[in-house]
Amino acid sequence: MSKPPVAVGLFVTCLVDLFRPSVGFAAVKLLEAAGCDVTVPALQTCCGQPAYNSGDRRSAIGIAAQVLAAFRGFDYVVVPSGSCAGMLKLHYPALFAGDAGQSAAALDLSQRTYELVSFLTDVLGIRTVDARFEGAVTYHDSCSALRELGVMEQPRRLLDSVRGLRRTELPNADVCCGFGGTFCVKYPEISTDMVRKKASDVVGTGADLLLSGDMGCLLNIAGRLEREGAKVAVRHVAEVLADACGSPPIGEPKSSRPA
Amino acid sequence: MKPTSHAFSANAHDALQDRDLQRALKLMETGFSAGRRTAVARLPEFDELCEQGRAIKNHVLEHLDFYLERFEGEVVARGGFVHWCATPREACETILSLCRSVRAKTVTKGKSMVAEEIGLNPFLEANGIEPVETDLGEYIIQLADQSPSHIIAPAVHLTTDQISDLFLEHHREHGKTKRLTEPQEMVGEAREILRERYFQADVGITGANFLIAETGTTIIVTNEGNGDLTQMLPRMHIVISSIEKVLPTLEDAWTILRVLARSATGQDISCYTTFSTGPKRAEDLDGPAEFHIVLLDNGRSSMLGSELQDALRCIRCGACMNSCPVYQSVGGHAYGWVYPGPIGAAIDPFFIGLKEAHDLPAASSFCGACESVCPMKIPLPKIMRHWREKAFEEKITPVPQRAGMLIWAWFARRVTFYRLATRVAAGLFGLLGRRRGRFSRLPFAAGWTAGRDLPAPEGSTFHDLWSARARKPPA
Repeated sequence: MSKPPVAVGLFVTCLVDLFRPSVGFAAVKLLEAAGCDVTVPALQTCCGQPAYNSGDRRSAIGIAAQVLAAFRGFDYVVVPSGSCAGMLKLHYPALFAGDAGQSAAALDLSQRTYELVSFLTDVLGIRTVDARFEGAVTYHDSCSALRELGVMEQPRRLLDSVRGLRRTELPNADVCCGFGGTFCVKYPEISTDMVRKKASDVVGTGADLLLSGDMGCLLNIAGRLEREGAKVAVRHVAEVLADACGSPPIGEPKSSRPA
Repeated sequence: MKPTSHAFSANAHDALQDRDLQRALKLMETGFSAGRRTAVARLPEFDELCEQGRAIKNHVLEHLDFYLERFEGEVVARGGFVHWCATPREACETILSLCRSVRAKTVTKGKSMVAEEIGLNPFLEANGIEPVETDLGEYIIQLADQSPSHIIAPAVHLTTDQISDLFLEHHREHGKTKRLTEPQEMVGEAREILRERYFQADVGITGANFLIAETGTTIIVTNEGNGDLTQMLPRMHIVISSIEKVLPTLEDAWTILRVLARSATGQDISCYTTFSTGPKRAEDLDGPAEFHIVLLDNGRSSMLGSELQDALRCIRCGACMNSCPVYQSVGGHAYGWVYPGPIGAAIDPFFIGLKEAHDLPAASSFCGACESVCPMKIPLPKIMRHWREKAFEEKITPVPQRAGMLIWAWFARRVTFYRLATRVAAGLFGLLGRRRGRFSRLPFAAGWTAGRDLPAPEGSTFHDLWSARARKPPA
């Protein structure tokens, strides 16, 4: 008799939902391959981080309460983003700290929530993936995944198990790319200067493909690389790990170069 | 110092265009952080020392009144004086009257950020007393008539070339007419000129890194030895310090000294660590005849028990700004007041008002690098978020940002409308961007597209595709 499958609620994130559904499907593929029973609760929009980071605590609490309700009952809540996972895991308990009714629910959700790659490796104990990618890749650490959730070795280890993949370390991989949610809208010039440095480090590696675990960073870095005309493709790490690189890389039209 | 923090975005714009500044910042980017990493790696117990230091600071902040009074008692017992000053104005007035009591014309000064906070130099100058900065970086920016751009490296924003020009311009009156370009020679020339000034000074003013309650000692760390000459040669030594610098014992100071230089410059310890305890005694060979400590509150006592209390643990090492990508992009002057970088973003709004400084805590990507390197583990992003919430509550946040957020949040809380809006947006922009896969110009995201393209969405939302998949029987 096999174990009952792990019930996972997928928190899609607003950027994956809007910009790149492929990442959501890649996440589902990885989770299902690992034996999880994946549900995507319909009552989810965003984690509320834009409001929380803009000082609009009331809106953030309203949105977070929705997430608490939508993700009740799953064994785990998995998020293909370090930033949104960090919001659920670390900041929801802070948001509801003074709320007797909700604080237990927030703590409970916090304990069940994981960033996708961290879930696969740290919780499910997966060491290798069944995927192939021919080319040189480099990996950018998203600030939240790295510093809030301690995700650093996990994606690198899984990538190293992808057949054909050659991985180079990105210099200053731990330095922010300048996305920062609303930061890039409020202070675009500073944000541009930061992503300019990031793009230059990425190009310097000579990699064909840049990977990361957060759509925010990816949209930002891909946008800058495209602007510079750089020959580096950009994808979410889940696409490569799931062997799901069917859609064109981020920021590229359909029927463009394969990568 | 008149703040220009309200003009942060304009300051940042100028800073990004300033080639000399960008060149200087690039050098700094590689210098400090790498040095810190190496120094930390060499000391396995670094984190443990930080933890101990943090506990010491927390303990002091819980008993600040006790340790300050004990400190005062010990200073007085050794023949020194403590002057309690609630405001910058009071501190300036106190220092002025002390200077006047010895008919001072010239005062030498060691590096002190609190002196910057109270605007001491312009105040003394306006009252006919010439302050002479003796820390090399401070000396340089005094020649340039600027303020420090970094709390431990005040002239870090200037290139060697710019300093060569400054020295040529200002050292002429001392008979130096050759433009020097070798840092070693330049330091030699500045030292020669400063040497004279030490002997002319009637009063020496220094800051304090720590105040020791058990002995009434003040401690400064320097790398140039200028602090020693500043405080030993004149007849009066004035220490200007803020109240949170007090520590219970000398041993506590050692715990924190072991992490201070490592965090700051990557040195194991600064070249000089100077302990000052009271005025010259009969059996001492040298030292000041009078020893005064000006203790500044400037509202710090009201930070206790508030969201800002943790910021009072700061030991002014500068690691937060050295690791901050925003600081690395725009430099310290863009912040527009005394304390730049993440610590400035946390405390400047308190000192100069949130209306003036609301941009500083907002201009962070919340990357968390500052908190991760802070030896006192000050939750800098959390404090910045506190200010953002206050700015939002008090409607200081600019109207377009506020309105945009509220509209977005309205949708985010109503799934049906949100799905509709995202379906339209993904479909429309997916279609418009289909040919190139990206947008190079978008009127409503002009800030974004000024410096980068915006990748086009794939065309359908995940949720729409997912429900379609759920409706289909599995193939």
